[in-house]
Amino acid sequence: MIIDHPLLGPRDAAEFVYKGDASLIHRPDGMTATDDEMHDYVYLRDNPAGEHRELWYHEQGDRSWLVVTRNTLTHEISKVELARDVARAEGRGQ
Amino acid sequence: MRYSAWKIFKEGLTGNKGWTPAWREPEPKAEYDIVIVGGGGHGLSTAYYLAKEFGEKNVAVVEKGWLGSGNIGRNTTIIRSNYLLEGNQPFYEFSLKLWEGLEQDFNYNAMVSQRGILNLIHSDPQRDAFVRRGNAMRLSGADAEILGPAEIRKMCPFLDYDNARFPIQGAIWQPRGGTVRHDAVAWGYARGADARGVDIIQNCEVTGFLMENGTCTGVETAKGTIRAKKVAVCVAGSSSRVMEKAGMRLPIESHVLQAFVSEGLKPVIPGVITFGAGHFYVSQSDKGGLVFGGDIDGYNTYAQRGNLPVVEDVCEGGMAIMPMIGRARLLRMWGGVMDMSMDGSPFIDKTHIEGLYFNGGWCYGGFKATPASGYCYAHLLATDRPHDTAQHYRLDRFRRGAPIDEKGQGAQPNLH
Repeated sequence: MIIDHPLLGPRDAAEFVYKGDASLIHRPDGMTATDDEMHDYVYLRDNPAGEHRELWYHEQGDRSWLVVTRNTLTHEISKVELARDVARAEGRGQ
Repeated sequence: MRYSAWKIFKEGLTGNKGWTPAWREPEPKAEYDIVIVGGGGHGLSTAYYLAKEFGEKNVAVVEKGWLGSGNIGRNTTIIRSNYLLEGNQPFYEFSLKLWEGLEQDFNYNAMVSQRGILNLIHSDPQRDAFVRRGNAMRLSGADAEILGPAEIRKMCPFLDYDNARFPIQGAIWQPRGGTVRHDAVAWGYARGADARGVDIIQNCEVTGFLMENGTCTGVETAKGTIRAKKVAVCVAGSSSRVMEKAGMRLPIESHVLQAFVSEGLKPVIPGVITFGAGHFYVSQSDKGGLVFGGDIDGYNTYAQRGNLPVVEDVCEGGMAIMPMIGRARLLRMWGGVMDMSMDGSPFIDKTHIEGLYFNGGWCYGGFKATPASGYCYAHLLATDRPHDTAQHYRLDRFRRGAPIDEKGQGAQPNLH
């Protein structure tokens, strides 16, 4: 698979480490979250067949985290964003 | 019809006209006591043991494709019981014991071949870890021996013992491990279940669950509604897709594991061999092909095919321990979709929905578990209590802080 990095252009997916569902960006506040919220965040996944937003870490590159929208039935990648931008747009990392 | 050498002899003399189909192709009834969703190895073995050991006569297996069309026919056919943790090892040893009696039990030639499994050791700390594992195996009643290089050389002269990076310092050897003809496992269980009255309904996709007052009372299928007192889902690889129809999210990601077969060769590899410094395992089929594999690709997928970086990684692992395989040509490669769970261990449990049961999360270790998975699931379905060896495979184990994490990797499914 080729991931079209927003800053570096097309890169081999083998340069990246897969880090799972992009909803992991939304970590509950550990001081206030209930046990159920924390359990669901850490352990449960939607695991859809079809379009999936997921985190890829560019370990063998610029060490950036990306949110890649990829189809889990065809491996086709339709969108690549910097995780930083996604997190900020969703109100995290102020 | 009972299969035997005499039967083959008799049929050979009478034009082979007396053979009958190994199972029926019934239409679904309106209602069963138990409906099993998924006609793979685990679903069929569940049906078999329900009928044979627990006296359940009114059981159906519904399968989306054809019988055994999923991972039961896509794995690398290895059986073993070499786990460490008490939540796992007694279960896999129970499974290995069932494998040992399986062919007589279901009267079908599954070519169970206990040719032994050799896990190579490449460093001192790894020897310590494997000695510990071997002791855990022996405590559960399984067999394990630590071998030195001289003993391995007699068995496998072709390994690269003095490799500069990964010298072979020893191995843990389980003689009772081995391989099984995987398709025949599905066929044997199907035939045995069918003969005891289980309806196996193929080409019948489950499209939804029938829910009444929070209780699961059946399934909606491509062949209409089938009511059931208990619904038992057993669809590893597609667990999240199916359980989503019941509104459940699971501690599972779907990943692809690739497998490879070389061209047919003369007998060269005596048993199953695994590389201890990378991920590579190999055995030789009775047709002569080297059957091997390694890591999962590592990203969520439902496509039954992988990518090239893992092909390279697997082949490098093979070259590192047995350079001779560089001379063999790769004949076929394929992928199977795995339920990768959050701790690398499976689930056999009731769900929070009354009447709905779940079996899945087998990661890439499901094949060897086929007999025990079916037996323990049948036990749970028939008695509503977990079997002793499967009592830790609960869906709530993360909430209770009791994961069964053989590798200690945490909630990162692609690392298990």
